[in-house]
Order: sequence, then C-alpha cells, then structure tokens
Amino acid sequence: MPSFVIADKCDGCKALDKTACQYICPNDLMVLNKDLMKAYNQAPEMCWECYSCVKMCQPQAIEVRGYADFVPLGAMVTPMRSTDAIMWTVKFRNGTLKRFKFPIRTTPEGSAVPDGGYSTLPDDLGDQLLMGEPESHGCKTDMVPVK
Amino acid sequence: MPNFETVEVTTDVLICGGGMAACGAAVEASYWAKKNGLKVTLVDKAAMDRSGAVAMGLSAINQYVGVKDGENSIHDYVNYVRNDLMGITREDLVANIARHVDSTVQLFEKWGLPIWKDADGAYVHEGRWQLMINGESYKVIVAEAAKNALGMDNIYERVFLTEPLLDGKGNCVGAVGFSVRDDKFYVFKAKAVIVAMGGAVHVFKPRSSGEGLGRSWYPPFNSGASAYFTLKAGAEMTCQEVRFIPVRFKDAYGPVGAWFLLFKSRATNGLGENYMETRRDELQNWKPYGLVKPVPANLRNWLMMLDVMDGKGPIFMRTEEAIGKIADEVTDEKERKKKLKELESEAWEDFLDMTISQAILWAATNTAPEEKPSEIAACEPYFIGSHSGASGAWVSGPEDIAHKDHFWGYAQMTTVKGMFAAGDGSGASSHKFSSGSHAEGRIAAKAAVKFAVENTHEPKVDAAKVEELKKTILAPLDRFEEHKNYTSDPDTNPNYIRPKMFMFRLQKIMDEYAGGVSTQFTTSKPLLEKGLELIDFLREDSLQLAAEDKHELMRCWENVHRMWQAEAHVRTILFREETRWPGYYFRSDTPKMKDDWEVFANCKWDPASNKWEMMKREIHYVF
Ligand SMILES: Cc1cc2nc3c(=O)[nH]c(=O)nc-3n(C[C@H](O)[C@H](O)[C@H](O)COP(=O)(O)OP(=O)(O)OC[C@H]3O[C@@H](n4cnc5c(N)ncnc54)[C@H](O)[C@@H]3O)c2cc1C
Ligand code: SF4
Ligand code: SF4
Repeated sequence: MPSFVIADKCDGCKALDKTACQYICPNDLMVLNKDLMKAYNQAPEMCWECYSCVKMCQPQAIEVRGYADFVPLGAMVTPMRSTDAIMWTVKFRNGTLKRFKFPIRTTPEGSAVPDGGYSTLPDDLGDQLLMGEPESHGCKTDMVPVK
Repeated sequence: MPNFETVEVTTDVLICGGGMAACGAAVEASYWAKKNGLKVTLVDKAAMDRSGAVAMGLSAINQYVGVKDGENSIHDYVNYVRNDLMGITREDLVANIARHVDSTVQLFEKWGLPIWKDADGAYVHEGRWQLMINGESYKVIVAEAAKNALGMDNIYERVFLTEPLLDGKGNCVGAVGFSVRDDKFYVFKAKAVIVAMGGAVHVFKPRSSGEGLGRSWYPPFNSGASAYFTLKAGAEMTCQEVRFIPVRFKDAYGPVGAWFLLFKSRATNGLGENYMETRRDELQNWKPYGLVKPVPANLRNWLMMLDVMDGKGPIFMRTEEAIGKIADEVTDEKERKKKLKELESEAWEDFLDMTISQAILWAATNTAPEEKPSEIAACEPYFIGSHSGASGAWVSGPEDIAHKDHFWGYAQMTTVKGMFAAGDGSGASSHKFSSGSHAEGRIAAKAAVKFAVENTHEPKVDAAKVEELKKTILAPLDRFEEHKNYTSDPDTNPNYIRPKMFMFRLQKIMDEYAGGVSTQFTTSKPLLEKGLELIDFLREDSLQLAAEDKHELMRCWENVHRMWQAEAHVRTILFREETRWPGYYFRSDTPKMKDDWEVFANCKWDPASNKWEMMKREIHYVF
C-alpha cells in the first residue's frame, strides 16, 4: 500500500487551500479526493515510505503498511514528531512493542541564521574562501592547507 | 495546446533543485549576491523541507575531514577517494570540497543539527570520515537556512524543470518547466545557472517490481534531471559509466555503515565463511587498488558477488555476533544490560532516521538483531556521483589547485558557459555525500555570482524557441485528450505510450543489455550495441508519450530524463574497453583492468549535429 489514509481520521485538512500531505510528499503522491474530502496515495508503488506525509498529518490519519511484495503482515512503525524530538513506536508481528525517542534539533524552529554568525575575512568575491570562512573552519591558519 | 499561462522570471543566479547541493548554493549565493546587488532564485520540483535524497533524514554525516582536530589532512581524503574509485578521480575537485566541508558541518551544527558528542565534547565518529547524528530533521534544518537566506519570494516549489535554455551562442541562460499544481509554464532567465537536481534511479529495473517498486535505495523522485540538463546543453560529461551499486540489508535496503564501521560487524556467506578472507587472493587481480585499505567499495561488492554467483548465499550481516562482542567487553551485569539497551537503540535509530522500511521489515519478521543475523545483498545500479559512484558533468576546478587543463575560469562551471553543476550533478568527485554536496553547492554558488558580476549582458532568449519548447513539453496532455476515447480503456491505446510503461521498457533494456540485476551486472560489446538499438526506438517513441494530468506530465519528462542518462551510460561502458570496477559492472569481453585505460572516459552530445562524441581525458594528479 505503502502509505495509506484512514478514512475516518482524515479531515481533508479542513479544506485549506493545500493539504499537508500533498504539500510535503517529495514524489507528489498524495492527492485530495474533492468529493469525499479525503486524501489518498495515487501511486503506492512509487512510494519511498519516507514518512514525510505521516509526520505532517495533524489528525494522524496516515500510516504505512510495508510493501506487500516482500514484507509479512502485522508490523507497524509509528512516529510522533514534536518540535525537538521524535518518538517511534515499533510493533512487531509477534506483538512485541518497542519505543524509541530521539532528539531532532537543538535550536528553535525557524531560527537558522544562514552564515551561522561566523565572519567572512577578507570577504572577497575573487578569493577561495566561502561565507563564514576561515572562522567556521576553526583552524588557526587563514585557509585550510591543501597539501 | 493546453491553456497554460506563461510566467517569466528574470534573475541573476538560478539554482535548479532544492536538495543538499542546492541548499548550500542558496545560502552562499545569497550572501555574495546581496553585496553585489544581484538576485537569486531557486526552483524545486517538491517542497524543500523534504525534497531529494535526504527527505527521510540521515543517521550520519559521511564526509567530515576534521582538519582542526588534527585528525586528517585534505591529502588523506583525496587518497581515500582516488583509491576507492580505482584511480579515476579529479583530485582538484575532491580537494576543493574537502577543504570546505568542515565549515559546512560547523554551519549544520549552528543551525541545530544534533551531532553526537562523547564525554569530552568531541564528535562521535562512525568511521574515520563519518560523524553520527540524530538526523531525522537534517533536511528540514538545512532547508530552513536556505529559505531564510533566499526569502520565500525567490523560491518556486512544485515546479518541474524540464529543459535548459540556451542562447544559441553556447551560453546557458536559464531553464523552463511547469507547475504540477497550477496551469503555469515557467520561463526562468538567468545569467548563471546551477544544476543541482540530484542523480537518477529507475533507469535500471529494481529488484522489487510489485508494490515495492518504489523501495529503491535511491529515492524514486530523483530522475536524472541533472544529467539531462547538462547533456542537453551540450556539456561534456564524465564518469558516465561509474554507476553505484550499494550493498544493503536485503529487500528494504537499510544502511549497513553503522554495522560495519561502528559495531565492527562481519558479513558471512551461507556456509559461515567470510568472503573478505576466503576471496582475499582475488584482490591481487585489481592491483594496485585491490591492495589498499580500506578495500574499495566496488571490490568489496565483487568478492561478495563471487560468493553469490557460486551459490554460496544467503549473505548475512552478523549482527548477533557484533552486538555480543561489544556487550561482552562489559563485565558488570547491570552495566552490560545498559550497554545492550544502548546498542539496540542505536541500531534502530540508524534505520528510523533514514530507511524506515527496514525497521518495518525487521518488525514484520520478528528480527531481534542481537539474536539472529540479517541478510544483505547488492541493490540495483544507481547514478549518484556524490556517493560512491562518480557520474556527472565535467566541471572546472578551482584556480589555485587545478591543473591548467582542468581550469576554465570559474570553479564548478561545466564546459557550457554560465552553466554550473554540483552534488550529483558534477562528476569525478565522488564521496562528497550530504555534507560535501552542500559544500560543493557553496563553491559553485560563489563562482556563479562571480560569473554574473563579470558577465553583465542580459540573458537573450529567443521567444519563438520558448514557445516551441512550451508546445513540446505540454504535448503529452494534448495527445491523451485527443486519443483517449479511441479505446474502452485509456491505458491500452495504440496511439500513445503512458510514462509508466515507457519506464518499464527502459528498465528492461537496461537490465538485460547494460548489466542489471538479472545478468548479475555483466554486459559486453554485443549486448550494449543491441541495447543502444532498442534505446533508439524508445527515443522515437518518447514523442508519443501521453499524460492524463500534470502529475503524469511530470512522469513523462522524468522518464525522458532517465532515458538520456541511460544512453550516456551505455555509450560510456561501451567506450571503456576494460573492466575497472568489477563490483559495479563487469564487461565479459574485456574482463581485466588495463593500464592504458587509467583515463577519464568522457562524452558529449552536440545539440547542433545531434551526434555523440566519446573522448579520453588524461588524469592529472595534484598530489
Ligand atoms: C539512501 C541514501 C542514504 C544516504 N546516506 C547518507 C549518509 O548517511 N550520510 C551522508 O552524508 N550522505 C548520505 N547519502 C548521500 C546524500 O544524500 C547525497 O550525497 C546528497 O543528497 C546529494 O545532494 P544533491 O543536492 O546532489 O541531491 P539531492 O539532495 O537528492 O537533491 C536533489 C534535488 O533536486 C530536485 N529535483 C530533481 N529533479 C528536479 C527537476 N526536474 N526540477 C526541479 N527540481 C528537481 C529534488 O526535488 C531535490 O530537491 C545518502 C543517500 C541515499 C540515497
Ligand atoms: S494531511 Fe492528513 S488530514 Fe490532511 S488531507 Fe492529508 S491525510 Fe487528510
Ligand atoms: S511516505 Fe513519503 S513517498 Fe510515500 S506518500 Fe508519504 S511522503 Fe510520499
């Protein structure tokens, strides 16, 4: 199937101009059925099981059922992503449950400063140093020695 | 012609793609453009937060040299890459990326990427060059910096770039594409264009062809646009024969790096033998590269494949043995339990951060890695010049390091003026991975801004030519409308071919004639020549592709892009009359490595004459 939408849980993103799953899928697979106002995966065999849509769906309407041509039934891997961590629940075919929690970022969302606050010296379009260098190398020399 | 509005965007630097290299290009180009009053525009076929190979996240940064820690030198990295690629490497390009990659990694950390640290605050290495990260949001974070630098007004998402724009005098002056959301045809005009649209998959038939068709190791959404753009512009290409075949956990293609490098696991065959030991003598046949440490990726593949061909499978990653060994080093029972728990979590995170399918497969087969081994296998061939393959455009090196034959004015510029390439888009500079691709995107961007500052003429685009391109690009929609009612089922219709079947046809040709999975990656001159004949028919039939909607229109052009990547590949394997990377492909008619082939095999398609040219280019070692 790979990603699938539980009909009862999908609210069509409340008829916003674009749905979250459609917005995010890197392979343009999720579409909204405008009659039912429910989303679906239009080409499951082109799904990478990347979980981008699963992580984005507010009402948690999207799950993934492993590729039927080689994955035995009965397992489920479910993420819960917050602003700084992700919690995974792994359900085995034999019923075993495992939970894992990992950090996902160390800074507040949206706060990335492009040059990282490093200064660029001598700041010349003609030389080999990039933005933030040499400070961002952390090296004492002006330029990382090549040879 | 369908009624698509034409939208014109004029800019100075156009970044094609929104992946690692493009995000690097975005932050760097914005910085220098601001100082010089220039405009930068980025176009991605998807949403930058989750586009490209890092969509799912990654569990390691694979290139970090660590110069400041005194761990390694640039020279060390260049040696590693040259040896892994059996000598075929542009040392100037590899050295240039290596000297900038650490600064990129520092930026990642500043932006919020969690990099593992040990008790002393030093980075935790997976292997000599790899850093462990909590990388679920790797791409989100890197894209955030790029967006903050560019501003959303300068970003076009969900626009599928279809063709490069040329000015008729050999300069690249932009690109055209269409929105997969609205009926809009985009014309981007620019002084400098950076091609960073990733590599290609689904050129070869994948091992799983049912629902698991999409479970290629490489993401199904990268479909050869970088190769297509550079080829179609008439740029010289390099290493088009150097595909990559990763060995991964079987079927779900989960990563093996942490197992081999961090947990020091062995792989053994069905008889319990370690092919790296039992087949050691074979390495003599690939001297001098067969004798270097670490053994080149393609030769490790090769030793394993020899076992598989001898019927000695399955091949197992001995996870139970590796975990047992590490845990046994801890004698205190309580500490040992704690260690086991930690290892379990690390093992699962490795999958959950970058190949969730593998976690599903382990759960579905009740696999506890500490109890039983798991199968590994060679995937199918992919084009990913940034990883352990090397295919891409032939670009200029940096002024201060490159040999004079390898420098033509601007770092990362292809042989087409104004067209730059980075990441999977540029060739012969393998092993840059996510961090090196970002660094290379930055190098390309600074050079592209310099180009735009020094070449001030406005991009000239012939309006009639653009109109013609628009007509050609949208034609599959018309074709479908015109003919769909001729048959009772629009899928089966003699008047057109739909992109999915077109893709299957390409995959079958490549699989059977160009050394895919079904021939155990073996091919020969007669097979390749027959393959080219079949690609010719396919190219003719590409004029009969049909699309029901904009999504399918994208699929049509993705597969045309793939077809060009395929042709460049077949022609170059044919040209190189030897076998140099036996674990990537094997030429049965020229089964040995030859000294006179220690050169680059380059190719070029000439837009004026519609002819392919093959050429040898000398290797110049910098070190
Ligand atoms: C499964 C896997 C695991 C990996 N693991 C690691 C790892 O652990 N550590 C590591 O450092 N590296 C790893 N890599 C390598 C790393 O992901 C790549 O080196 C890197 O992403 C290459 O960057 P890129 O910009 O060239 O391509 P990508 O990051 O793939 O970006 C390509 C971009 O082009 C866009 N695009 C494509 N076609 C078009 C078009 N026609 N029009 C407009 N836009 C288009 C895509 O949407 C995307 O934004 C891994 C790669 C894979 C596939
Ligand atoms: S994101 Fe969730 S709720 Fe919104 S349309 Fe998709 S499946 Fe439905
Ligand atoms: S899992 Fe990934 S590829 Fe599959 S539908 Fe969701 S976002 Fe798209």
